[in-house]
Amino acid sequence: MSDAPVLRMESVRKTFGDSVVLRDVDLAVAPHTVTALIGASGSGKSTLLRCANLLEEIDDGAIWLDDEEITDPRADHDAVRRRIGVVFQAYNLFPHMTVLDNITLAPRRVHGVSRAEAEERARELLERLGLGGKADAYPDRLSGGQQQRVAIVRALAVRPRLLLLDEITAALDPELVGEVLTVVRGLKDEGMTMVLATHEMGFARDVADQVCFLDGGVVLERGSAEQVFGDPQQERTQRFLRRIVEAGRL
Amino acid sequence: MTVTKAESGEDSGEDGMRDTYVPSQRRLDRERHKRVRARRATAIAALSTLVTAVVLYLVVVSAPGWERTKETFFDGQYAREALPKVLDGLWLNIRLLLICGVLVLVLGMLIAIARTLPGPVFFPLRALAAAYTDFFRGLPLIINLMIVVFGVPALRLQGVTVDPVLLGGTALTLTYSAYVAEVFRAGIESVHPSQRAAARSLGLTNRQALRHVVLPQAVRRQVPPLLNDLVSLQKDTGLVSIGGAIDAVRASDIIAQRSLNYTPYIVAGLVFVALTIPMTRFTDWVTARMDRQRAQGGAI
Repeated sequence: MSDAPVLRMESVRKTFGDSVVLRDVDLAVAPHTVTALIGASGSGKSTLLRCANLLEEIDDGAIWLDDEEITDPRADHDAVRRRIGVVFQAYNLFPHMTVLDNITLAPRRVHGVSRAEAEERARELLERLGLGGKADAYPDRLSGGQQQRVAIVRALAVRPRLLLLDEITAALDPELVGEVLTVVRGLKDEGMTMVLATHEMGFARDVADQVCFLDGGVVLERGSAEQVFGDPQQERTQRFLRRIVEAGRL
Repeated sequence: MTVTKAESGEDSGEDGMRDTYVPSQRRLDRERHKRVRARRATAIAALSTLVTAVVLYLVVVSAPGWERTKETFFDGQYAREALPKVLDGLWLNIRLLLICGVLVLVLGMLIAIARTLPGPVFFPLRALAAAYTDFFRGLPLIINLMIVVFGVPALRLQGVTVDPVLLGGTALTLTYSAYVAEVFRAGIESVHPSQRAAARSLGLTNRQALRHVVLPQAVRRQVPPLLNDLVSLQKDTGLVSIGGAIDAVRASDIIAQRSLNYTPYIVAGLVFVALTIPMTRFTDWVTARMDRQRAQGGAI
């Protein structure tokens, strides 16, 4: 297996009107590793993920997925998105479909998997994530933690190359955060390549192979979890982490 | 995979100890008080309704022209004569409603989709759809009807119908599909962008996202306003009578013109009201059912 990065970003710039959200971002995500993006609200974590999935068009720079430049205007955006799974902060499940239909929609419509096969895999994943009895329920009937686990199953159902997790515990009650993070830990053990934006510093420290601190539209500091959390070099990183510790979040 | 089965917290609450609850005296007192209050409220409502009805009746009956009005508008003899003819004519209104209703929904949906298509290729389509809805929503229905019903036959085109019913139906479809297109468009735009983002993230194409994610939610949400427009269409089918088609309105008109008595109009009017009431109740029922289904977790 090659060690070429699954996802690579180079000098990515993204603005919304006058505000520069990503100024000059470089990033490389090796296979079977977890990258945690940390930083204050508005530091560009979510935007970075949305750019990686082509939900936002970048202004400058380039992004590669498995050595294929996906920011090339000629790239097939739908084909790129087929290889990337995304889990959103607000779950974004389809409220008019049952859990099972939510999960099998993309395998059946996009990947041409038969209904029986798609449902079998969906039920197996649901079972593994402790949602065995919920296949025929509608999302509105589930708790936040259950909805978010369904959203993870939905993203996994198409066997993505890369999973992007956008603050997936931010909308959850504290006692439900654990069940979702347990799932992510399990995926890491399975070897899934993931990039996650998070405010759960303790979790980032536990699970991430690489931690990137975003500030002012650039990756100000990056390194292993021990380096960034234990011995931050940049003054701004130190200040950010001190505030987190004071708030009792680490 | 090493993920442990996360516990689903709400399942544990129900199998607690056996419930030995006995309602307290306080609760019983409260409930008795509520019952008394409810009974009193019903009595007051009944009394107030009765008083209002009597007052309204007296006001109408004591009007100086009441005797004349009663003869010209509420004559039992003419009502009995008009009713069967009006009901005969009503069959035409119902057929018009059914056929125009289907056409309006299909056309309205197509126009709404055309208006929301992204991309530069579809600009002419978007512009055309916008122009269509702007024009036909602004144009008074009665003028639209007159232009189509009288104007098209005047062109003496080969092979184009001069049947006032078909032409009237066409005019109704033109106007109402513009209304309904706007209802659908509002529905499409009310679906949160994050739903589309989630669909596209799963690799669905724009068209697939529209078909499987956006439209089902948009249509569901817009059922009440759509049925509202259909109720409105139902009574506006009476306007095709201006071209000479014998519907319920025209049938009452014929008798009224002959006898110089307006009672048949009242009969036709009441028949239309009677027809729309079930439709309105049906709308309420559908809306309530949809809310319930979502809340309960639906079709299991």
